[in-house]
Amino acid sequence: MNDIVLEAKGVTRTFMISGGFMKPKRPLHAVNGIDLRIRQGEVLALVGESGCGKTTLAKMLLGLLPPTSGSLELDGNPIETMNRLRIAQTVQPIFQDPYSSLNPRKSIGSIITLPLKVQGDKDPGTWRKRADEIMELVGLPRRVYNNYPSQLSGGQRQRVAIARALINRPRIVICDEPTSALDVSVQSQILNLLQDLREELGLTYLVISHNLAVVEHMATRVAVMYLGRIVEEEDAGTLFDTPKHPYSKALLESVLTPDPSLGVPDTHLGAAYPNPLDMPSGCRFHPRCIKALPHCSTIAPRKIPFGDGHVECHLYDENEGKGKLAS
Amino acid sequence: MPAHSESKRVLEVRRLNVEIPVPTGMLRPVQDVSLHVDRGETLCVVGESGCGKSLTSLAIMDLLPTKAKRTCDEMQLSGDNVFRIGERAMSDIRGDRMSMIFQEPMTSLNPAYTIGNQLAEALQRHRNVSKAQARERAIYLLEKVGITAAAGRLGQYPHQLSGGLRQRVMIAMALMCGPDLIIADEPTTALDVTIQAQILHLLADLQREFQMGMILITHDLGVVARIADRVAVMYAGQVVETGTAKQIFNAPQHPYTRGLLDCIPIPGKTKRGARLGAIPGIVPSLVGHMSGCHFASRCPQVHEACKTGNIDLLPTAQPGHLSRCLLTQGAGSAPRETEGAAS
Repeated sequence: MNDIVLEAKGVTRTFMISGGFMKPKRPLHAVNGIDLRIRQGEVLALVGESGCGKTTLAKMLLGLLPPTSGSLELDGNPIETMNRLRIAQTVQPIFQDPYSSLNPRKSIGSIITLPLKVQGDKDPGTWRKRADEIMELVGLPRRVYNNYPSQLSGGQRQRVAIARALINRPRIVICDEPTSALDVSVQSQILNLLQDLREELGLTYLVISHNLAVVEHMATRVAVMYLGRIVEEEDAGTLFDTPKHPYSKALLESVLTPDPSLGVPDTHLGAAYPNPLDMPSGCRFHPRCIKALPHCSTIAPRKIPFGDGHVECHLYDENEGKGKLAS
Repeated sequence: MPAHSESKRVLEVRRLNVEIPVPTGMLRPVQDVSLHVDRGETLCVVGESGCGKSLTSLAIMDLLPTKAKRTCDEMQLSGDNVFRIGERAMSDIRGDRMSMIFQEPMTSLNPAYTIGNQLAEALQRHRNVSKAQARERAIYLLEKVGITAAAGRLGQYPHQLSGGLRQRVMIAMALMCGPDLIIADEPTTALDVTIQAQILHLLADLQREFQMGMILITHDLGVVARIADRVAVMYAGQVVETGTAKQIFNAPQHPYTRGLLDCIPIPGKTKRGARLGAIPGIVPSLVGHMSGCHFASRCPQVHEACKTGNIDLLPTAQPGHLSRCLLTQGAGSAPRETEGAAS
């Protein structure tokens, strides 16, 4: 049972947004009741459109933002009982843009060894050796140790970011769009590297991405987020083969596979992503859903377990006796 | 070239070069690029960052940085020369007969003006129309690009619109004067996948309806496959392969194109979690003159002959399919020969 390295129970995060001059502040529910479990060695992908709360959730998991309510556990310990150093030892981020996530005034060596310094590592004599080891692991030549980020290519910088994240051997790595800023040929190298490192070091990944081709390639489990809630969570194979929630289907349909015999898909989603300050009633997806039932606009759907995962959609709620299960 | 197809040709560029002086010498980011687009046709220019695809489009629009110099044998828009015709004449053409859609709609719309203002400006600059007529055209086009309650939107500022809506406004702006040619530089890169599909759908529909030529510049091979009629693959300043979308994706000839296609995970084809292909090495520096094939340093099938001389973009066995590779050129033996070399 101890193989659950990360658990979120009913996590919410609300931001108070200025309503304008002399107007009261309004709540924005960025993350709204999320349950999530990641097992050791899994790759959980979090997908959804911008503004659905993916990054807010990632920040809470990194201990950078306290949840408004609900509980978060890392390695079985509630996150609020852990200090920043302990959290940093357990979970580390890799960010999207390696051009802005590395300090341009610091040498590669000092960027990579900074986590050791921060953790008060007892033995500075071994830092260079450990940096060399991790650089070899991520495929950076030793000679760049004294270089600066501006002297490296985008792929090399992302390798530096990965080396920095891994030097303290965290258990969980949160990859926020790890390859979005990279070219296709470099992207494949970084994806291969992340896969190799996972096997070699027994890492657990939480991958946040809007590139569903990348997600399908890497993930073992997928959670689809929409307006602060996880509307479907499933084993990656099941989700990509038979998506259940209409939103998951629309997302998967909008993936452009390089097949010249197919045209541009029509997702029927409509352009309007709802204003998160003024959430739709009932099921939040109903204004864009092509299969919406009359009661979708009034009653919020329950969480319906499905095999290994769950889906939040009235179409699959048998207890409602509607029998509207559509393919 | 048969005479009747000449009339359909919207853009013809032959042997375009761009040179930019840098402290270490002469940077040559675009070398010997030839492109053509017909009416109602979509040409996708695809390549990785630094391959010169954006500079090519800026060179066509004559919007290069002042230090950059361009040369070419021929640059014609619907049969009229548009090369070195002077800034005044060029600005008459820009936004009128050819217009551009940029990647980041937030930075390319002026935040200080309403979108109605910016849309009308494009038309009033080029046509002798009244404000009311320009406004009418703006509403018509905003509705065309799928913006509801268009009249009400005209008074809004760019920051009041979402990314997808802004990009729609950009597209409407590019269409204001009914151009012959639209150049779209990464029009969907900053957008969500769901919105991306909608915008591409829209571009394809509009292009068919108005029978424009379109050059779409992107690094996303998925976008290319779905929307392109013809494709030009660029690497290190040169077009290395060009052909129809089917030719490029189903029978790629140049080792770079093949490498690129191996790099992307293809749902249904690539096994989940399997290793992806990679192109080892880095893009060569484009400062100074370079002999031989630009891809030679990274090519898995490199020969001695690849490293010297000038390698031209020449026909392969398939009509309309050109490749800048010694292995794929020559009398119809190309596919077998490259396969032998690959194994």
